[in-house]
Amino acid sequence: MAESTRTPGVAPGRLDTATLETNFADLHGALEPHEAQVAADRCYFCHDAPCVTACPTTIDIPLFIRQIATGTPKAAAKTIFDQNILGGMCARVCPTETLCEEACVREAAEGKPVDIGRLQRFATDTLMNEGKQPYSRAAATGKKVAVVGAGPAGLSCAHRLAMYGHDVVIFDAKDKPGGLNEYGIAAYKSVNNFANNEVAWLLSIGGIEIKQGQAIGSDIALADLQNEYDAVFLGVGLDGTNKLAVPGAELNHVTDAVQFIADVRQSEDYTDVAVGRHVVVIGGGMTAIDAAVQARLLGAENVTIAYRRDQENMNASRWEQELAAAKGCNILPHLQPVSIEGKGEVTSITLEYTDATTDGLKGTGETVTLNADQVLMAVGQTLEGQPAGLSLSGSKIQVDSAGRTSVDGIWAGGDCASGGDDLTVTAVAEGRDAAEDIHKQLISN
Amino acid sequence: MADLTTEFLGIRTPNPFWLASAPPTDKEYNVRRAFEAGWGGVVWKTLGSDGPPIVNVNGARYGAIWGADRRLLGLNNIELITDRPLQINLDEIKQLKQEYPDRAIIVSLMVPCEEQAWKDILARVDETGADGIELNFGCPHGMAERGMGSAVGQVPEYIEMVTRWCKENYDKPVIVKLTPNITDIRFAARAAKAGGADAVSLINTINSITSVNLDTMSPEPSIDGKGTHGGYCGPAVKPICMHMVAEIARDDETSGFPISAIGGVTTWRDAAEYMVTGAGNVQVCTAAMTYGFKIVEEMISGLSDWMDSKGYTSTSEFMGQAVPNVTDWQYLNLNYVAKAKIDQDSCIKCGRCFAACEDTSHQAIWMKEGRVFEVNDAECVACNLCVNVCPVEDCITMEPMAAGETDPRTGKEVVAEYGNWTTHPNNPSVFEKA
Ligand SMILES: Cc1cc2nc3c(=O)[nH]c(=O)nc-3n(C[C@H](O)[C@H](O)[C@H](O)COP(=O)(O)OP(=O)(O)OC[C@H]3O[C@@H](n4cnc5c(N)ncnc54)[C@H](O)[C@@H]3O)c2cc1C
Ligand SMILES: Cc1cc2nc3c(=O)[nH]c(=O)nc-3n(C[C@H](O)[C@H](O)[C@H](O)COP(=O)(O)O)c2cc1C
Ligand code: SF4
Repeated sequence: MAESTRTPGVAPGRLDTATLETNFADLHGALEPHEAQVAADRCYFCHDAPCVTACPTTIDIPLFIRQIATGTPKAAAKTIFDQNILGGMCARVCPTETLCEEACVREAAEGKPVDIGRLQRFATDTLMNEGKQPYSRAAATGKKVAVVGAGPAGLSCAHRLAMYGHDVVIFDAKDKPGGLNEYGIAAYKSVNNFANNEVAWLLSIGGIEIKQGQAIGSDIALADLQNEYDAVFLGVGLDGTNKLAVPGAELNHVTDAVQFIADVRQSEDYTDVAVGRHVVVIGGGMTAIDAAVQARLLGAENVTIAYRRDQENMNASRWEQELAAAKGCNILPHLQPVSIEGKGEVTSITLEYTDATTDGLKGTGETVTLNADQVLMAVGQTLEGQPAGLSLSGSKIQVDSAGRTSVDGIWAGGDCASGGDDLTVTAVAEGRDAAEDIHKQLISN
Repeated sequence: MADLTTEFLGIRTPNPFWLASAPPTDKEYNVRRAFEAGWGGVVWKTLGSDGPPIVNVNGARYGAIWGADRRLLGLNNIELITDRPLQINLDEIKQLKQEYPDRAIIVSLMVPCEEQAWKDILARVDETGADGIELNFGCPHGMAERGMGSAVGQVPEYIEMVTRWCKENYDKPVIVKLTPNITDIRFAARAAKAGGADAVSLINTINSITSVNLDTMSPEPSIDGKGTHGGYCGPAVKPICMHMVAEIARDDETSGFPISAIGGVTTWRDAAEYMVTGAGNVQVCTAAMTYGFKIVEEMISGLSDWMDSKGYTSTSEFMGQAVPNVTDWQYLNLNYVAKAKIDQDSCIKCGRCFAACEDTSHQAIWMKEGRVFEVNDAECVACNLCVNVCPVEDCITMEPMAAGETDPRTGKEVVAEYGNWTTHPNNPSVFEKA
């Protein structure tokens, strides 16, 4: 046992394999059949249920829960997949506390909603464990659609198009499909290679070809896709990351949190992933929380999340914040970085206190310096290489409610498109809806 | 803490909670544990004639239905009367009665429908010192096919005849246990009374098939691929028994006749409800079989608490209090008008009342902006369905309208006077007279 949590600097193998295995185990374990029965019995089968309205993919939640309660979890899974083909991943990663479970009337009644997320997982696991998917392709239409990006938006779009009998080719820049399901979601939310298996399961419908390592813009031109295909869907996510312009940001071990998480996700063995003894994460969203928690789980001794506003304003839900606290991360609100110090490698970071004023956030002049041998930036992702010719809304591709961009024949959805939260489930909904609109257009021609 | 001592047919027990004749009272071991746990009395598992012991099936005896969280709501059985030798049972009864003189031991009996068979067994029961007997005219399976159990209980003349034999050959109280598998329970109760019985107890189990296995196509419980009807009991049967107890309690011929109520008693509240509806005590089977003997502690504390809160000092003070309020439909006050009212503060906005009323009742609930549910008095007939489907207790209530107010549904003024169907203008017989 060479390294420990007290080893200075950035080092791999701070914890032994057994400890790492426990640390990275499934965050919300699967429900046993009896637990599922008990949990399902709590649903009131509400009229025009608020949980359904709160779900971006509008899953018929009371119906699928009743199907579990009556001993037909596979029928329940079908109810879920009809609306959300990535219902398996969503059951694991959705911030249900701000979606369906927040809306559940039992949350209002007793502060304890129906365990919708875990029930969804119970149903989808039951069906997916059979290895088959419940959908087949309609007769081939002879139409071809190019989907750019194999993240939740692209996959959902491709599956729905395949169901209608269209031929789909997905172009994805990375080595593996799945988008952030594969590279971004916290490791303890998607264990046992679930993201990868889910993609294989989804593709088993047939009629979808995936081309990895094909970046639109550099490897292939968007114009070529427009020429060769009957329709194009863009689900490229937000591949760029915002950088902090503070002195010292170029030092070693001052990196991007998304990359750090991708390294964790892609490691075969967690003992190989290097992490600092003192880690400071800058940001207040889901990425900041995930980076901080995983740094702790890898064996960092001190992990601090520094956020410039007050905790109420953090994008990460209260539940996520509590998870971070429970894992031993320290959340410091009202602090913004002013400089990063070190020689070659970072050794500390100086942050200034802030006040929210009517003119926006103002530094107070008071600063604090924290030990840091790793600084992770989680200050937002941006659209990279904005596709030429498409109108933007803010910094995203402008789309209407059906996912149509300003250019005829091109649709977009997911994180890269305007509207909706940057969530897996929203990307699935937008990909699906765009597919419906594409289908409508293709068959009317 | 109120004293629960209850006297039934002159038999005093520390509380009105007896165990019904069934597996919990099958042998010395169980009954001793029951008395130690605090039960006031037991009706021993039914004894049959001397001779080759009864044979039970060697597979599953019970079927069940469940509510949420697998809470057992109804149990069904195909067990027969005791399969232990008669003399062993009698010896155990004698021994226990000596050890627990303050607890009731009633011996349940079922022998062939011949006077000699009854004479023989009664003499032997008498020797045990037991407090009385209960005639099992109720078991619906196995024994009925042999001319016993419910085969007797379904024919009032047989009930009367066998009861008379017993009264002639036995000095202590005779309780007749009735079967619910009959159209009108009053005929059975009247027959028991005519035969000289000291009391009736009811109900025995109800003919039932709880479920069918959809893989094997066999009813449950399945014995090698086949099933048969069994006897149903547990919380699910309580409403059926309550009605029968009330019918006997208010029947001109049997009112005041002692009743021991059996059927789904699970909590102190069930017992209190039976007793105010005319029962002198209660017997329990399924609840003990589901949770063990310890539940009697809750029954004892619960009934005492309730009595204290109402100022009752003896169980005899509340017995039968509800009987005068059980009436026939035609005497219900048709001038009484109520409206449902939804308390917005306790409403959790599930909308179940809306779905129920809109789809299956009177379209009298509005769903307004922001999931606000309100009752439209102009449509509400006060059916109570919304109250029953609402998951929040007391969120929806039935509010009576005061005399002088106008019912917006009918446009008529609510009157203070009582008026029932017998005098209602729409009643054809009233209509014809006019
Ligand atoms: C660290 C982190 C944690 C998160 N945790 C959660 C969570 O717990 N729950 C939740 O609901 N959401 C979470 N999110 C958000 C969620 O992952 C995204 O909203 C979702 O993945 C968006 O899906 P998408 O299909 O639009 O984009 P992405 O998942 O980003 O997929 C885009 C795909 O497009 C490909 N691509 C990009 N550019 C090109 C190009 N030019 N040519 C070809 N292919 C290209 C990429 O390789 C990628 O595969 C998290 C995000 C991050 C960063
Ligand atoms: C397994 C079983 C066996 C029973 N055996 C008898 C019996 O031998 N004699 C009898 O009079 N009643 C018998 N009963 C009926 C019970 O005494 C009682 O009347 C019935 O179960 C209703 O009460 P409960 O709802 O509290 O269970 C039996 C019930 C069960 C469940
Ligand atoms: S809000 Fe809650 S109780 Fe109502 S239908 Fe949805 S899960 Fe069920």
